[in-house]
Amino acid sequence: MKLTGWGRYPTIDSQSVFPNQPGLVKSLMHSTEHKHEHLTQIARGLGRSYGDSSLADHSINLSKLDNFISFNENTGELTCSAGLSFSEILRVFIPKGWFLPVTPGTQFITVGGAIASDVHGKNHHIDGSFSEHVSKITLCLASGDAVECSATLNTPLFHATCGGMGLTGIILQATFKLKRIETAFIDETTFKTTNLSETLEKFEQHDAATYSVAWIDCLATGKNLGRSLLMLGEHALSESNSNQNTLHVAPHSKLNMPLDLPGFTLNSLSVKAFNVLYYGKVRQQESQRNVHYAPFFYPLDSIQNWNRMYGKKGFVQYQFVIPKSAGLVGLTEILTEIAHSKRGSFLAVLKVFGKGNDNYLSFPEEGYTLALDFKLDSTLFAFLNRLDDIVLNYGGKLYLTKDARMSEKMFKQSYPLWEQFQEVRQQYDAHKAFNSLQSKRLGL
Amino acid sequence: MQKNILIIGATSAIAKATLRIYAEQNNNLYLVARNEEQLKIIAEDAKIRGANQVEMMACDLAELNTHQALIENVYACYPKLDIVLIAHGTLPNQQACQDDVEIALQEININALSTVSLLTLLANRFEAQKSGSIAVISSVAGDRGRQSNYVYGAAKGMVSTFLQGLRNRLNDSNVQVLDIKPGFVDTPMTAEFRKGALWAQPEQVAQNIIKAINSSRNTLYTPWFWWGIMFIIRNIPEFIFKKLKL
Ligand SMILES: Cc1cc2nc3c(=O)[nH]c(=O)nc-3n(C[C@H](O)[C@H](O)[C@H](O)COP(=O)(O)OP(=O)(O)OC[C@H]3O[C@@H](n4cnc5c(N)ncnc54)[C@H](O)[C@@H]3O)c2cc1C
Repeated sequence: MKLTGWGRYPTIDSQSVFPNQPGLVKSLMHSTEHKHEHLTQIARGLGRSYGDSSLADHSINLSKLDNFISFNENTGELTCSAGLSFSEILRVFIPKGWFLPVTPGTQFITVGGAIASDVHGKNHHIDGSFSEHVSKITLCLASGDAVECSATLNTPLFHATCGGMGLTGIILQATFKLKRIETAFIDETTFKTTNLSETLEKFEQHDAATYSVAWIDCLATGKNLGRSLLMLGEHALSESNSNQNTLHVAPHSKLNMPLDLPGFTLNSLSVKAFNVLYYGKVRQQESQRNVHYAPFFYPLDSIQNWNRMYGKKGFVQYQFVIPKSAGLVGLTEILTEIAHSKRGSFLAVLKVFGKGNDNYLSFPEEGYTLALDFKLDSTLFAFLNRLDDIVLNYGGKLYLTKDARMSEKMFKQSYPLWEQFQEVRQQYDAHKAFNSLQSKRLGL
Repeated sequence: MQKNILIIGATSAIAKATLRIYAEQNNNLYLVARNEEQLKIIAEDAKIRGANQVEMMACDLAELNTHQALIENVYACYPKLDIVLIAHGTLPNQQACQDDVEIALQEININALSTVSLLTLLANRFEAQKSGSIAVISSVAGDRGRQSNYVYGAAKGMVSTFLQGLRNRLNDSNVQVLDIKPGFVDTPMTAEFRKGALWAQPEQVAQNIIKAINSSRNTLYTPWFWWGIMFIIRNIPEFIFKKLKL
């Protein structure tokens, strides 16, 4: 079966298995078939990582291992199987008044995928990444044994697994805390900024807001460089909502991108038009509205298979973080480079990260992070290599779950704890059992 | 209003998807399956999803003499059942059935006789209460015997014919008897098959089942296009059919 990540590049021929019981995962590890040295195997959730991190000859798809296991109504502590999706959790728990502690920009991901990528959300500056809310995980090792790990139990294994891109073993289940909400709505404030320094200033001014994110017009140049729509959000309280049924779940979208758009529809002109329109749509300097959680957190989920918009060849997402100290200068240099290349991205998303954590390969750390989509063409990689140099220069790094092409050298320079990570893998024989296209490319 | 729902073969993929929907509607469930550990996991999952009350019993349905006690236990928990879904079964290896009478009869036992046994016990209760829905997962394979799996097909054919008679009998008692005939469904039971365009997901089949129960249907082909496929297959003249490699 052909398998690919969300960016639809690269593609691999892969054999998939869909274990629906933890016991089947364990016996899979025992079976010798998966131990040939030339074969690789890796866990996969809902395939929302963009690049090659969930691609291998053998794919162990956890999406059928999807049970709720226990829930404590007093503390919000939920234990569930790793294949359960965020959308299922929301569907069941929003009506009961609970929300995910951290969520990325799509709800179609699994708990296992969220831990393996140590995903971040719009509240990173306040609440950190998803794994920081995980109190315990059960991991199936290469030996087939299931072990529990946490910040205090098998600590190195825990810190290697959170953000470890599936390279330590198969996450079977996890325990984490949901947070209380009164309504399913978000009070959203949008600021329209005219340039990058104003954008960063506004972030700074509003660092107490629970959720914050900026959409940047990445084709704007000169004095407009970095002009943005900065969106802040707070969970709406019940009194601010006259709506009777305030804890309702968003229905699944019926909009679908049925086929690949031909390559030419996406060019710098159409992206420019989109950007100008999007930016121009908001008229006031500051505006307020009360929106349902779904459009606020998951605007892209409203069109199924939107990744087909980039045509057959696919695309890559480029997400980097640079330290706060690199600040305005660093971002200006990178945005200038992008604007000059005329490679527009429909979505260029800027966020300010709070402090990083102890996970060896976790992506977020205090600084600015920008994510952009680039359609694949023959000159793209050379261009991204140039961006890599700038990012490295400012002491930054790329997000592994979005990556499909960074060099081993770049990875090892920007993830200094990779050696500790590798030691933990070796200690548990994981380096022999779990490999992805990405791990091979990165020399892990 | 909360309904009392008995699900037999609760760990099967289609049953699991169906009971989750019923759980989210806050109904009362009674779950039956062979694997106790899996049953407990599914019961807990159902509770968290919103089931009002979940009871369960692990038993091997191939042991027909346990059925009486099982049904008594169900009624001890719920004095009246609104819905029963029978979903247990196995997918035999046809070659093994041809090579070994024992295996062939075992497969007939689990896929047909055990269902007949359960239905006989349940039908009397439903007839007495004069309401409710009996839904049974049969298969499109029961519509016509084919060389590739006629042992399974014969068992399912027996179930479907039995259901026809039961439907006729219970019509006056206001009891629905639904014969569910799924086509290819992507479940662990069919994990070894190559999946093509005709394959459906258990979640989709589950929604169809619930809709068919709610609208008092008699027969459900799911997904719907199997009705057309089976219409053609049933109507191919036997002198041609017997030469086909189906
Ligand atoms: C529209 C969109 C918006 C996004 N927004 C954000 C965002 O705001 N923030 C953010 O952090 N990310 C974001 N992402 C990325 C996404 O959150 C991650 O890629 C996530 O890991 C995907 O989860 P998945 O279940 O689809 O995993 P997959 O893509 O299937 O796998 C991702 C990685 O997790 C590993 N893995 C999966 N399951 C297991 C398991 N059970 N045990 C061990 N390893 C496992 C895989 O081996 C692989 O390395 C976004 C993605 C999309 C498509």
